[in-house]
Amino acid sequence: MSGGVWTIVMVAVFGLVAIGIYGLLIVRNLIKIVVALQVFAKGTILIMVAAGGMSGRPAVGQSLAITVIVADTVVTVMALALAIQVRRWCGTLDTRVISKLRR
Amino acid sequence: MEIQTLVLCATLLCALQAIRAPRLLISALWLAGCSALLALSIALLGAPEVGVVELSVGAGLVTVIFVFAISVAGEETVGTTSIVPRPLAWVLLALFLFLLILLTLPGFLLPAVPREALPFLRALWDARSLDTVLQVAMIFSGVLGSLGLLAERKESGRGSGGARQGASS
Repeated sequence: MSGGVWTIVMVAVFGLVAIGIYGLLIVRNLIKIVVALQVFAKGTILIMVAAGGMSGRPAVGQSLAITVIVADTVVTVMALALAIQVRRWCGTLDTRVISKLRR
Repeated sequence: MEIQTLVLCATLLCALQAIRAPRLLISALWLAGCSALLALSIALLGAPEVGVVELSVGAGLVTVIFVFAISVAGEETVGTTSIVPRPLAWVLLALFLFLLILLTLPGFLLPAVPREALPFLRALWDARSLDTVLQVAMIFSGVLGSLGLLAERKESGRGSGGARQGASS
């Protein structure tokens, strides 16, 4: 694999991570926040595979990428279940409204 | 290389649309497209096993879970005003990217070492067996946790009996 390909992959990784972080900062819908987290995790998966390829240990990078995919899926499922519960109890998915709730 | 560039550009476009789409369902579909294109890109990088897992889990299972969650929670239009002011978000993003490039660039500039002969399946099942066991534990705890969170509260027998009695009289 040539160095040009890795440069393009790294640019894509920075792009995915930047889109994910920006989404996490500006989005207010709880389910949309999970989408932003997923985009961020896609960048992480890609950088794991790329780091394995660049360092000459592709098998380790790939197995770590699979670990990241599994962990990310579990986090997504739990976050969506929590979002459903928030909607059920508070009646909204808006983080601004939820943060103003007082007991 | 041209195909790889095209696929990665399309991945970035899908990711951007997933964040920008006003409706949640459309956003989930853009995210599924992003996952599928990323799986293709990973396969082109020489890791087809990871690509298949990403395609089946990232584009398949996660999309189904998203659609289920959206159908249960319902579509809700939330305003576009963010909690963090947009100029501050851009500054934080630039700072984050600067730190990320600062941390990853030295590793990127290192000379390439000869490829390791360890096959992928041996690395996954033998060399990283603890990771695999922890993944199984994580999946079980995730399934049980989400079932616990999604469970409905059981109605008490007395209250429901009373209600039924009231309705019959």
